[in-house]
Order: sequence, then C-alpha cells, then structure tokens
Amino acid sequence: MAMLEIRDLHTYYGHIHALKGVSLDVEQGEIVTLIGSNGAGKSTTLKTISGLLQPREGTVRLGGDTISGRPAHRVAAMGVAQSPEGRRVFPRMTVLENLQLGAFVRGKPDPADLARVFDLFPRLKERATQKAGTMSGGEQQMLAIGRALMARPTLLLLDEPSMGLAPLLVETIFGVVRDINAQGTTVLLVEQNALMALAVAHRGYVIQTGQIVLADDAAKLRENEMVRKAYLGEE
Amino acid sequence: MDFNSQLFVQYLIIGIASGALISLIALGYTLVYGIVELINFAHGEVFMMGAFAALTLVAATGVTGDSSAGAIIGVIALALLGAMVFSALLNFGIDRIAYRRLRNAPRLAPLIAAIGFSFILQNIGIYWHGSNPITPPSIIPAEYRAYNILNEWFDLETRIRLRPLDLAVLAVTIPLLVGLTWFVYRTRTGKAMRATAQDREAAALMGIDVNRTIATAFLLGGALAGAAGMIALYYNNAARFQMGFRYGLFAFTAAVLGGIGNLAGSVIGGLCIGIVWAMSDGFMKEYVPAWGAQWTPAVIFGVLVLVMIFRPSGLLGEQTVDKV
Repeated sequence: MAMLEIRDLHTYYGHIHALKGVSLDVEQGEIVTLIGSNGAGKSTTLKTISGLLQPREGTVRLGGDTISGRPAHRVAAMGVAQSPEGRRVFPRMTVLENLQLGAFVRGKPDPADLARVFDLFPRLKERATQKAGTMSGGEQQMLAIGRALMARPTLLLLDEPSMGLAPLLVETIFGVVRDINAQGTTVLLVEQNALMALAVAHRGYVIQTGQIVLADDAAKLRENEMVRKAYLGEE
Repeated sequence: MDFNSQLFVQYLIIGIASGALISLIALGYTLVYGIVELINFAHGEVFMMGAFAALTLVAATGVTGDSSAGAIIGVIALALLGAMVFSALLNFGIDRIAYRRLRNAPRLAPLIAAIGFSFILQNIGIYWHGSNPITPPSIIPAEYRAYNILNEWFDLETRIRLRPLDLAVLAVTIPLLVGLTWFVYRTRTGKAMRATAQDREAAALMGIDVNRTIATAFLLGGALAGAAGMIALYYNNAARFQMGFRYGLFAFTAAVLGGIGNLAGSVIGGLCIGIVWAMSDGFMKEYVPAWGAQWTPAVIFGVLVLVMIFRPSGLLGEQTVDKV
C-alpha cells in the first residue's frame, strides 16, 4: 500500500472542471514529481490533497486513512505539510515566528527542528528577526520550505519551489529537497522546471488539462520524446 | 481671550476617560476586521446589549449605594463579568449563525447581515428595557458622589474634578488592553489569530483551525464591548437601546483613524476621538458661544476625513504592500 493514494480525483473551481480523474501514488521514502504546464492542474492536485480544496469525486488516502473531505487543519495534523505556491509566508511576522507557526501542529517547536532548518538554510538564521514580507523571493521560498519542515511532516508537498528564483538558488533548493528526502521525508514535488524536477525525483507523473497522461521512472521520463519536446524544450 | 487651562485639563480628563471607553469598542471592530475583513456593524449593539445585561444584573441583586462596601464591589465585579460574558457569547453567536455561513460569499453579504443584526438587537433592546433612557440603580455611596480625588488624596486646591468614576474607567480599561495585547502576542491562540489575519489559507496549512480562531476574535471583541457597556452605563448614568449607534460610529471612526486592523491604532484613535469629543462638547463653548455638542459629530468626522486624505491607511495602519 502506497503512503499516499489518489484515486480518480475530480475537483472543480466553481464550474471549471480542473481535475478530471487524477490518480497517483507516492510510496514511503520517495520523491515523486508532478510536472505539467501552467494551468494543467498541478497546484489544484496539491490543494486537494492538503484539504484547501474539496474534491467532488474521488479519494485521497494517507497511510490507508481517507483524508479527502477533511478540512486543511486536520490534514496538517496528520503529518502533511505544504510549501504553497507563491510562498505564502506570514508577511508581518518575523522569520522565527513563521518557523514557530510551522510547528503549530506539534504544539511547541522543537529546538532540534529549528536547528535543522537553520542548518539547511543558514540564510534564515541570519534573518531570524526580520519581517518575512521584507525578504527577497528566494529567501521567502527558503522560509516557506523551512516552515513546512518545522511540522516534521511524513509527507511534504512542494509547490513550484523554483519559481522566480535565480539558477544558483534553484540548485540550492533542489539540493535541500534531496537532503530532506535522505533524512526520511517523503516528497511530492510540483514543478514547471521539469529538467530539475526529473533530476531529483525517483518517479514522475505528467499532467495535462487535469489528467495524468504519463507515469514512469524519472530517468525514463527524461528520455521520453513527448516530455523532451513539451517540457524540456528540446527539439 | 485667555486660555483657560483649568477648564482644558477638566475636559482632557473627561476626554481620556471616554476615549478609553471608545478604545474598548474600537478594538472589537479592529479584531474582527483584521481577521475576516468585515466591518461588524452590529458591534455597537453588542456593546448596548452589554450595558443592558449589566443593568439587569445590578437591578436583580438589589444592591444600592447604602449597601456594604463588599456588596458594592461584588456587584460591580458581577455586572462587569456578566456583561463581558453576555456580549462575548452574543458576538460569537452572531458569527456562528450568520457570518460564518457567508465566509465565502461576496463581501456585501456579511455586511448586510451585520446591519440586519444591528436592527434585530435594537429591537430586542426595546423589548428588554423599553425605548426610553433608563437610569441604572445607584450603587455609588452618597459620600463619593461629589468626591474629588485631587482634593481628597492630593490636597490640591483646584476646581478641576477627578472623580472616582474617571479613575474606575481607566482601572478597568488599562488591564483589559494589557490583557488583550498579551493574549494576541504571547499565547498560542493569539499567534494563530495573527497568522489567520495575515493569510487564512496558509494558516490552515499550518494546522490552525481557522473557524475556531475567527470565533475567538468575535468572543474577545464581544467581551471588550460588554465591559465597555457596563462602564458606559455608569459613566453616563444612563442606557438606551440607541446608545450603540453613536458609540459604535465613533468607535468605528476611531478604529479607522488609528488604522483598522491595528490594535495599538484603535487605542490611539479612541483617545483622539474621546478628547476631540470632550473638547467639542464642552471646552469650545468658552470661546465660540454658538458652539455646542451638536457640532461634535461633524468635528469627529472632519478629523477622520483629514486623516484619510493625508494617511489613508490610518495613523498606525500598515502600508498594505503585502496585500496582493
């Protein structure tokens, strides 16, 4: 049984049918990536998993428990943490306060978790007392990921961690994703940067207009002709 | 014409006391606005209901100014706590019944619901205590009615009056303000409130129960309005079903003046409005014979207009760069 099992998920935004029967699995210890172009339904899938959106049909199961239909704060309490699209840090709180809120489900923040986040992102330690809203996009991205890690999640959902970042920073962020995974966290990674995502992931799914069109090992997807043309920008 | 400093100080005292009262109500507007971006137009009536609850409680105990000191202090504490609990539950109930269902509706829907509740509560008020102003049972002992703290405690030869009532307003208000600040900045629930106010979805992702957190804001705002109701009852020595309208409007103005959503801003806005109110009601008459209390709302809203022109986000308002 997979850690995360999604079966035939249909999600709507008002009348817009955004997910048209998405199914995917994430096994314990994996990094799985969901790639696709703008508006394909990547973020919608993550939001439906985390409970921000409720599916009209289909199920999401985590470790065998059905979590679809539960509100987001309940899903978070079950060990799912999300670094959302657009970072969504709390702008008028300091970096430290943001990180402490990340540990909200755990009651008190664990100093060891804080040390680990500061170890992964030394920049955040330097900026600990700065208001999050005044930081650069890259720093906010680090904070969003660090904040999600403070919950010590069993499943980490990352939504476009590379968006709008300088190439060097993208390398850093993906390096951290690999480290986090090596430390035992299962990761579901949504990306437009398919090249980087497929380099770091074990397996991948390709989503187009609300449907999964390809699923394979990341290495095989990198060789797939359709993927190379559509997402890796190769002729 | 000389500047009458004694008179000025006298009205300053009155202004600070009524300003503190307005601050308590303004905080209810700001707490709720900060977290759900709703102007709770029923808030003035929640304050009025607090005054009515206090009135009923005091009358029910039968305590008067002739009772023992213990009984008087006891009934004050009872009425204050009773009014706070009553208004808190009332505000919580309104959110639970109406606003929560409209959380994802267009902004106008909860606003209209709030205006509707304001009328409903006024009518309940008429049913409860009638439509005429009511004088509360006098619970202040006779020897304290003309008591001047400046004369009696400090042996000052002055005609400026500082009544025990003025001091009592501050003695109730200041601990409540300190308590609220502590709650919002130091407790887990307070932090959840601030997070929810800044980004509701992100807060939910942190595991914060957003509906419960919003309900807490309504409870807190209601409790402060209830305390203000009890204070206003005795400070004005009157209560009426319409009292929530003027206080509510002035408190809302105070919240906007200070920067709505900002707790310290509401207190500063409240004090400004209170002082302007007192000066316009009394002090101005010394210099402009035609001046009277009828000009007060015009002056207060004039101040509001000026602040809005030069500082649209209010005196302490956040520059809303982070609101996308």
